Amino acid sequence: MISGQLVRVVVVDDHAMFRRGVIAELEAAGAGEIEVLAQAADVDEAVAAVAAHRPDVVLLDVHLPGGGGVEVMRRGQSPETRYLALSVSDAAEDVIGTIRGGARGYVTKTITGPELVSAIRRVADGDAVFSPRLAGFVLDAFAGSIEVAAVDEDLDRLTEREREVMRLIARGYAYKEVAKELFISIKTVETHMSSVLRKLQLSSRHELSRWASDRRLL
Amino acid sequence: MSAATTPTPYEPRKAYRDSQDSVLGGVASGVARHLAVPALWVRAAFLLMSLLGGLGVMLYAGLWLMLPSDTRFDESPPGLASATRGGRRPGRLRRLGDVGPAMALAALGLGAVLALQATIGGGAVFWPAFFGLAGLALLWRQADEAQRERWLDQTGRIDPVRIVFGSGGWASYARVLAGALLVVSAVFIVGFEGASASDARAGLLAGGLVLVGLAIVIGPWVFGLASDLSAEREERVRSQERADVAAHLHDSVLQTLALIQKSAHDSTTVARLARAQERDLRAWLYAGESADESSVASALRGAAAEVEDTHGVSVDVVAVGDCDLTESLRPIVAAAREAVTNAAKHAGTGQVDVYAEVTPGAVDVFVRDRGVGFDPDEVATDRYGVRNSIVDRMRRHGGSAEIRTAPGEGTEVRLHLSRTHPQEDPS
Repeated sequence: MISGQLVRVVVVDDHAMFRRGVIAELEAAGAGEIEVLAQAADVDEAVAAVAAHRPDVVLLDVHLPGGGGVEVMRRGQSPETRYLALSVSDAAEDVIGTIRGGARGYVTKTITGPELVSAIRRVADGDAVFSPRLAGFVLDAFAGSIEVAAVDEDLDRLTEREREVMRLIARGYAYKEVAKELFISIKTVETHMSSVLRKLQLSSRHELSRWASDRRLL
Repeated sequence: MSAATTPTPYEPRKAYRDSQDSVLGGVASGVARHLAVPALWVRAAFLLMSLLGGLGVMLYAGLWLMLPSDTRFDESPPGLASATRGGRRPGRLRRLGDVGPAMALAALGLGAVLALQATIGGGAVFWPAFFGLAGLALLWRQADEAQRERWLDQTGRIDPVRIVFGSGGWASYARVLAGALLVVSAVFIVGFEGASASDARAGLLAGGLVLVGLAIVIGPWVFGLASDLSAEREERVRSQERADVAAHLHDSVLQTLALIQKSAHDSTTVARLARAQERDLRAWLYAGESADESSVASALRGAAAEVEDTHGVSVDVVAVGDCDLTESLRPIVAAAREAVTNAAKHAGTGQVDVYAEVTPGAVDVFVRDRGVGFDPDEVATDRYGVRNSIVDRMRRHGGSAEIRTAPGEGTEVRLHLSRTHPQEDPS
């Protein structure tokens, strides 16, 4: 999408208070950038809202009545819509599960308004958004699967560069700082992050579930 | 030497069937996890043993009978458990790839049938046995499914339809129907095979077989009910423990809210109280992460929490990998604590990021803030904080510390400690 255009957003969360807070925050910090089209409190409402409005970005709660945020993405009928997970839960299985379900990024509910606006803009532009915590989980997940990569071997590995980018994100670096540190362009950073996201969504289910069960998460 | 780490009490390893990764009953993957070998090997072993006069099949069936399913022993943090029960989290994801093993199994089974038929000849004994076994396998499979769903069911009532069909769906109806049909047809094939024999004998035989078949069909649910009872007893004990913790936590939330009401005018106090309480609740509800001194990551989290409370900043800890906190690793935790404290005191921002990476070879910790930064050359020589407690401490213990900073650009402290040098604690 062309930057400068309004990003059309649907907010999905089952807590009315929180939804209202997020929308107020988006209207304050994202004035002229973000337009909130609709809100929804459960999976059915969310699917209907996505079908009706075809938004650019859905701000999606991970815990949601009706089967969770993953269910919304599974049933969503709008191919051009991208999902950004917003959750109070920082349990690894929720976070990784939502990303593997198709979300383009994940941020926690303690995020500030301006940060949320920029995350939404990035997702709308087709980039991945990794919070430091998500980057940590990703590194952990791929480190756990190093020994046996059964079927899709080349998909299951991160390149040294991708690992380096993830590490810097986990250390709290902003995109432009990552770019500066590695002497690459911001565009390249974004490319690396998108490819990590793709690998994460493709890599073999068994190894990630073993990783989770080793941590007694499953 | 090992005074630092108390030995963990011995916990017998229990074998379960793996209900998440099941092809037939989850026996092979459960055994594989128990023995810590790839599931493929276990499946191959079962197949090989099946060639030894069907030993593998017997073994598989026996283990399926005796091994409990693992779902009921799940212990997730209460927030996650409650979200799961309320249907606010996704269930298992079934992908097309999951059908692969089942289809391979079916193909192998068909091959075995054809081979056996070729060697034995007629299907007089074979086909009824095959139908019967296939029907039983289907019925048991459904019993597993129903049992699992019953375990997640929170209504607590015992509904006979639910006991058999779980929460329904065409798959469970189809399984029960096909299983029953197969068993019944096996019985009929046996019963009416010899039409020339006396009708009375055949009828008797068929009647007896129907009874046996019924017993076998009802068997799984009776067995499941009995084992559910004991599991429920365990669950009750566990939930009582949880209720105690919840009560304790709710007390602390109430107290915090009371304090916040009293000091509503003092925003820093309110923020500090709210942050501490949020950390507590979050750790308890979702992460199950500890902040004690047992491992490197938990020690770092503990240190971060302490600094958060004393200095009123927020410290985010992201840890990749983990290991026991041995005596030789303590310096890096202490140095990290010092670095976080410095950042909290001097950076002038409310946010510090800590990233720890534990690999088999080394422990790396990065402490970063986006604060004012400083010029390392201009730090007066009488200021010993950084030099003594971070750089020199790391060097004394065989590690290294690097501080990257510039005025206005924030500060990052990088700590590195190798784990491969001779350890004091040989365990």
